[in-house]
Amino acid sequence: MTFSNPAPAAVDTAAARRRRRADGRRTLNSNAPSHRGDARLAWILIAPAGIGFLVFAVYPTIRGVYFSFTDYHLLSAPQWIGFANFIEMFQDQTFWASVLVTVYFVVIAVSLTLIISILTAAVLHRVTKSTAVRGLIILPFLISGVVAATVWSWMLDAQLGIVNEAIRALGGQGIQFLTSRQWAIPSLAFIQVWKNMGYTSIIIFAGMQTIPASIYEAGRIDGANERQMFFRLTLPLLRPILALVLVLNVIGAFQVFDIVSVATKNGGPANASNVLQMYIYQKGFGQFDFGYASTMSLALFVILIIITFLQMRLLRANESDNA
Amino acid sequence: MTTATATATGKLVLPAATTRKRRRPASPGRVIAWVYLTAIILITLFPFYWMLRSAFSNNYAMIADPTSPWPVGFTLGPFERVLGLATTQQSLAEGGSGASVPILHYLGNSVVYASLSTACMVFFSLIAAYAFSRLQWRGREFVFSLFLAALMVPAILTLLPNFVLVKELGLLNTFAGMILPTGLFSAFNIFFLRQFMLGLSTEIEEAALLDGAGRLRVLFGLTIPMASGPIITLSILGFIGQWNDYFWPLLVTSDASVQPLTLGLAVFKQSSPQSQPDWAGLMAATIVAALPMLILFMVFGKRIVNSIGFSGLK
Repeated sequence: MTFSNPAPAAVDTAAARRRRRADGRRTLNSNAPSHRGDARLAWILIAPAGIGFLVFAVYPTIRGVYFSFTDYHLLSAPQWIGFANFIEMFQDQTFWASVLVTVYFVVIAVSLTLIISILTAAVLHRVTKSTAVRGLIILPFLISGVVAATVWSWMLDAQLGIVNEAIRALGGQGIQFLTSRQWAIPSLAFIQVWKNMGYTSIIIFAGMQTIPASIYEAGRIDGANERQMFFRLTLPLLRPILALVLVLNVIGAFQVFDIVSVATKNGGPANASNVLQMYIYQKGFGQFDFGYASTMSLALFVILIIITFLQMRLLRANESDNA
Repeated sequence: MTTATATATGKLVLPAATTRKRRRPASPGRVIAWVYLTAIILITLFPFYWMLRSAFSNNYAMIADPTSPWPVGFTLGPFERVLGLATTQQSLAEGGSGASVPILHYLGNSVVYASLSTACMVFFSLIAAYAFSRLQWRGREFVFSLFLAALMVPAILTLLPNFVLVKELGLLNTFAGMILPTGLFSAFNIFFLRQFMLGLSTEIEEAALLDGAGRLRVLFGLTIPMASGPIITLSILGFIGQWNDYFWPLLVTSDASVQPLTLGLAVFKQSSPQSQPDWAGLMAATIVAALPMLILFMVFGKRIVNSIGFSGLK
């Protein structure tokens, strides 16, 4: 008796433990009743983000669309005026000039950024995998647009800037980089390229590293030279990533503000660099015409959606030629 | 058959590859590649050098000798000016404007703004990501896809209405007004952390739950420590973004008491006289603004580089 006693007890506890463990497993199953506590906790955990989402993303989006159909000068309540703002916008010379200036900026900045970044990524991929080198070229990404614009304002200064000193030393004529109508946008685009090319290169470089070496080996066996492999293998295989960096750069460039605000003093000279975001800001916060500013924001949003959509379609971003 | 070709190609390729490698240093393509890379690095780094060189120069002397590669009339004056350590006479003597710029004060505001908003953003994303990846509840996928849709809406559409809202809440010129819109909700961070948690083995967490630990204890004691890698990455990227943020603080602050350094620097730059700006002082101020980022870069450089590369691969 005394000998057999501990045995059943041991069996009992083992069985109980097994049962408890089984119960525990069941709590991880969504059908179990004890799982109901999860839902309450889940809503508590997503509450801050959910409130932020509703209050600072959904509500302002709806409200922004509403404002664009109103006459709203911040001090009195918005007055519904239908499409009046849109009609005004279509007839507003400054708006169209601003669209042109922005597109000009985007085209220069994005095409240069992409060409330089693809080249840089390809070169990095071929000659060095050094993280230090990649670290150096993303430095401009870490500093603010305000800092970048301030430094380049000094370097591109018409009288004393080192760039103009160098041009003169080489026998050229000094250029009014940021103070002439002709050069303001190209100069701003150059600052944008300087700031973004390293960042974009790193993303493209990371994409290149995912291309298996065997593909290049196969290409080499088939007698392809370096250039053919770059255009026939690397670029097509990179298409999804190229689409991504293209979209990111276009969206970023369309909303350029800080470098314009600092380097050409709010869109100067004489509106030559009055990009859309600057015009919206001046309408809203210079003249407190919030209705009209919202209408232009909505227009910029629609432009961005259309461009993004077209780019994704043209580049068939979802499929690389790999598949 | 296939293996035979594979080994055959392997044999074919290997010698070719090694001869290529040996020939590499001489190949003109490689020389051009290095020349190009050097040029890119120089263009990238030169402005940083010019910043330093100008910030240690006497502004008057520098204007007389704009091409010297070294600081002209080496002085700490520009830093003393922007840090408010120089008297008006001293600053005028070195070509400063004489007006005081409370850069240190702006710096403090930037530290508060960037660290608080980053901490909020990462923490709230973290607990939301836990709910989306570990808890079973009705509507989970639906709410998550709603959150993701927010990634599609560019800031431009929400900035003006958010300004109006912050104004209505009476939060203009407060840190709360600056932080709330970005601090509470970040679709990207939630997405990033959820993906990470879904890829993490749940065995340890389940074991802890079986041992009777509560969900919250598991979240804070196990899940968060296990996610420390992506948490650090997101914190660094968030901090960089917030530190450099310009447009939103510009909208909701008009009072220097809460304005971050980007605004202070812009004011300093925009208010410099057209004829003879204090370039040396401006460069000293940009160094003060960029220095925290450069320190962050020295400590976390490799992590930053890798996380940027990764952001393209998702």
